[in-house]
Amino acid sequence: MNAPAFAVGQRVRIADRAPPVHHRVPSYAKGKVGLIERVCGLHGEPEKFIRGDGMPARRIYRVRIPQSDLWQNYEGTDRDKLEIEIFEHWLELAE
Amino acid sequence: MTDNDHDHSRTFQPDHAEPTSEGARVGLALRELLIGAGHYTPEEEQEVIAAMQGASPADGGRIVARAWTDPAYKDRLLENGATAIRELGYELEPYEFTVMENDANTHNVIVCTLCSCYPRSLLGMSPAWYKSASYRSRVVREPRIVLAEFGVELTDEVDVRVHDSTAELRYMVLPQRPDGTDEWSEEKLAALITRDSLIGTQRVLRTD
Amino acid sequence: MSEPWGPHDLGGQEGGPIDLAEHDTAYWEWQIDAMVRLALKKGLISDFAELRDGIEHLTPDDYEQCTYYERWAKSLAYTLVSRGVISEQQLSDQIDAVRTRQEAEGAA
Repeated sequence: MNAPAFAVGQRVRIADRAPPVHHRVPSYAKGKVGLIERVCGLHGEPEKFIRGDGMPARRIYRVRIPQSDLWQNYEGTDRDKLEIEIFEHWLELAE
Repeated sequence: MTDNDHDHSRTFQPDHAEPTSEGARVGLALRELLIGAGHYTPEEEQEVIAAMQGASPADGGRIVARAWTDPAYKDRLLENGATAIRELGYELEPYEFTVMENDANTHNVIVCTLCSCYPRSLLGMSPAWYKSASYRSRVVREPRIVLAEFGVELTDEVDVRVHDSTAELRYMVLPQRPDGTDEWSEEKLAALITRDSLIGTQRVLRTD
Repeated sequence: MSEPWGPHDLGGQEGGPIDLAEHDTAYWEWQIDAMVRLALKKGLISDFAELRDGIEHLTPDDYEQCTYYERWAKSLAYTLVSRGVISEQQLSDQIDAVRTRQEAEGAA
């Protein structure tokens, strides 16, 4: 039941949402596409901890995004990366 | 009130200015209310503080030195940091402890843009700059420029990986082992490690 | 880039030079840190997420002007008042008591 929805190497898009509750997706990453770098564990959902217990637990993934995809006029190289942890319910497969 | 007076005098720190800012007073007031209502005791507070003050980058140094001298341990550390540090008696529950290895072509740097998360109970207090708006806003967007401000110069042959601690992972960088240390003991190697090298704002460790 | 969600959501924004000076942790800051850990341990709050939520509810001015531990203190106060663990009145009375005591002891 808690089998990961995504696998290492898959291309995923981070949702671009602004729910009216505490959530852990920085605005710079919303709507961006990256690759799954690592499948991590199950953790309480941040949105569900306010007045709740965070359940059901959701899986976290590390998503790797090329810096040049995130910033206009990025000052580093094309190989530089930014890596963040995103909960499963914020991800979908990208084309 | 007696308890509070006693408690206050016991915890007064003559070297520090009284925390008279509005925010500090909110914190002290809250503390007095919670202790007064019996939610916790000054003794419990002392215990927690002592435990936190016991953590320092030296603990990170021991982990790094073990990884440098024991390749199989290093593999375990990179695969699952939490179970690997447990082997050495460290714990970072409930977070997933994740170690990122520097090499000749890779430099890692850690940030938490949303709120300055840091593995405090393992490595001690985070630096003031780590918590600053400037570091948090700029290191994700222009890491090489920020690293240069810390004295880290990188050529284009080195790839930069910025790790934003956005959820339940906590990070440590595994710095490169300096040349000329092949015969060194683990203890001597551990002493080379600095706090900044574990965060990624230092790349080269000094052996002098 | 998407709209920042709150004053804390500042990754990628413009920023000035980073102040590299070291700042020792003041004793009251250790006490705030301990208070948060104990609040979690004793079930006064259920998760660190509540503390982050409280910080995100600070006004942008408060967020900018408060130090790291001042934000934690204000956040925990906000959370415990809204959870009914303490009342606004109790908190404001106790803040007055702290201020009075500090002024009496001659702290500037």
